[in-house]
Amino acid sequence: MTASNEGSRLIDEMKAQSGQDPADCYQCAKCSAACPVTAAMDLLPHQVIRYLQMGLEEELSNSKTPWICASCFTCAARCPRDLDLARMMEGVRLTVLRKREGNKFGPADLTPEQLEKLPQQALVSGFRKYNK
Amino acid sequence: MPRTGVFLCHCGSNIAGTVNIDQTIEASRNFPGVVHVDEYRYLCSEMGQDIIKKAIEDNNLDRVVVGTCSPRMHENTFRKAAAEAGLNPYLLEVANIREHCSWVHKDMEEGTPKAIALLRAAAAKVALNEALEAPKLEVEKRALVIGGGIAGIQAALDIAEAGYPVDIVEREPSIGGRMAQLEKTFPTLDCSACILTPKMVEAAQHPNINLITYAEVEEVNGFVGQFDVKIKQKARYVDPVKCTGCGICWEKCPAKAPSEFEMGLAKRKSIYVPFAQAVPMVPVIDKETCLYFRKGRCQICEKECPPQAIDYEQQDEIIERRYGAIVVATGFDQMDPSIYGEYGYGQHPDILTGLEFERLFNASGPTGGKVVRLSDGKPPKKVVFIQCVGSRDKARGMNYCSKICCMFTAKQAILLKEKLPDAKSYVFYIDVRTAGKGYEEFQRRAAEEYDVAYLRGQVGKIFPEGDHLVVHGVDSLSGKVVDIKADMVVLSAASIARADAPELGRKIGINTDSYNFFNEAHPKLKPVETHTAGIFIAGACQTPKDIPDTVAQASAAAVKAVGLLSKEMLQGEACTAEVDEAECSGCLHCVAVCPYTAIDAKEIEERYGDGTLKRTVAEVNPALCQGCGSCSAICRSGSINQKGFSNEQILAEVDAICLQR
Repeated sequence: MTASNEGSRLIDEMKAQSGQDPADCYQCAKCSAACPVTAAMDLLPHQVIRYLQMGLEEELSNSKTPWICASCFTCAARCPRDLDLARMMEGVRLTVLRKREGNKFGPADLTPEQLEKLPQQALVSGFRKYNK
Repeated sequence: MPRTGVFLCHCGSNIAGTVNIDQTIEASRNFPGVVHVDEYRYLCSEMGQDIIKKAIEDNNLDRVVVGTCSPRMHENTFRKAAAEAGLNPYLLEVANIREHCSWVHKDMEEGTPKAIALLRAAAAKVALNEALEAPKLEVEKRALVIGGGIAGIQAALDIAEAGYPVDIVEREPSIGGRMAQLEKTFPTLDCSACILTPKMVEAAQHPNINLITYAEVEEVNGFVGQFDVKIKQKARYVDPVKCTGCGICWEKCPAKAPSEFEMGLAKRKSIYVPFAQAVPMVPVIDKETCLYFRKGRCQICEKECPPQAIDYEQQDEIIERRYGAIVVATGFDQMDPSIYGEYGYGQHPDILTGLEFERLFNASGPTGGKVVRLSDGKPPKKVVFIQCVGSRDKARGMNYCSKICCMFTAKQAILLKEKLPDAKSYVFYIDVRTAGKGYEEFQRRAAEEYDVAYLRGQVGKIFPEGDHLVVHGVDSLSGKVVDIKADMVVLSAASIARADAPELGRKIGINTDSYNFFNEAHPKLKPVETHTAGIFIAGACQTPKDIPDTVAQASAAAVKAVGLLSKEMLQGEACTAEVDEAECSGCLHCVAVCPYTAIDAKEIEERYGDGTLKRTVAEVNPALCQGCGSCSAICRSGSINQKGFSNEQILAEVDAICLQR
């Protein structure tokens, strides 16, 4: 276990994806108190940020919590530090997926018909998740 | 031609690190009028000053330029040194080659030519300097204290004890302020009233203190030593001379209104004193709810008053008085936490703020000192305290720590256990901050001896369930979600500045920070001074503060005020504005822009041909002028000059920089 997030790819990518800096969090745990789905989580939301602060990549990659998060944004609405934890969760999910899945498909894999029919939002979301 | 000496300071490596001293010295020798150049490692030291003094005498210098730090730091030091060598102090100029030069440049390539340019400008200006005399100003030997809480009372007592008369202006009908609302004080659990009321009485009885309650400051003019203040004495509708404070009027009064003193948790009458130990014990009539003022009949108080002190015809009065110094001690407010929807404040009678909960302990409070639920009058078994409601919250509240909540929560939890031994307290906190004498020990007593459960975390929502309030929170240390079936919830709402603090600040000429607290002149070295000379601040109007800090600051402000009042004369501003009457066209734009009302119109007579001609010109009162330069800047004909900063001097500086690059 390292106790520093320096040079952590997960943290850097999560930061870039979400635009949020875990260092801004002072661990008041308001997010965990506000979250409606903590019952199903193995890590509480504030612990996810703490793990990010400590650079615990491995543990985070194996946690269920980012996948339980329903992006209801209650944490973001209540956070006294103005952090958007829902975005950070999405950043963690994207980073973990990309690492795990690699380049699954890109625009070249799709036929012009598919490109025409598929909703653009789904395409962008798919590329973000499954494209390095 | 002047005989100018130039002196350079290395300021250790502060200046010498980025300015090549040797090159600068050589360049300085060629400035017009310069006959002597010298340098020293620390010019502000006694040795450094001696170098200047000796050079003035030896070389018969009549002008001096020092290339040093900002004039805000050491102009006075060098002017005094020049004066000791027999030179008029205003014949010395400071070239700021530290803050304006060495500190903002990285290397000598940039720093050195800029230092030379600044010195050249100063040498060009000093050649045109004239000897000036600072006028002597009288000091009105009386102080004004705005606010009659513990800060104002302490400051007034200290000033009065030093032998100077003080007026306390208090907005409410009684002095006492926030401290009067408290039941006990941490960390010693002294009864608040028991230690405050003797001070209130002492202030009222002190021969040097004059209480002006139910009054507000309307206007402040003038300057240090001579502030002309207008105070609005609101009509009490009770003659304070006749009134004996017997209390029959408020006993008989049939109209009621929410009591401000009880945070709206109880009613008071329309004629009332805010609390039982009020000073002065003279009631006021609240016109908004009084039946006579609203409907034209009732007058029961008038009929019942034994000394016939009721006077419905009383009017607001303006008191005009001059003061030498002002202490601002207007205190703080508690944030309304109803913006935090998850806490449900205002939607349930058993969710209270800290100050509201405090009143439940007080024997003369809304429940007669019984700590009970306001919903059903039953004593609570579980009470949850929530910290940082609005504090340390940059998203919805205030970014700062309110400082007093950790301690008053520990106090209330202890008091609760003492009143109701079966009650259990829970405190949701982010960090427990208890810096202060005896504070940490006190908070630990709450946790260790009074069974107070401290949960590190916050609360996500509170909702009623049957008779209870379910508090849904998190204990971050165990990583567990916690649900507490509470009977009452107490919110530590943030301490905030008074809403009208910026307005008062504008009236008296001091500024506020981004949270509307009054700004001190320097956060470390001038904690009670403001940027306006003669005006001092004390207590929670500067930032949230507990009672010991407030009292200490109030005494500090009093010492500053006394120091000012004890002076026979004050040295006024030498660099005042001056009108060239021959050129003045009498447009009087200067009158409009002068912030100190120092300029008036004047009629002069001039010879014109065979006869005389009357015309209007501007005239500056040098006693009022503070040398701000606004008039000089707006003058269309260039006929107002500020001494020490004349148009010619400024242009000489500009020329020296621009023409000789």
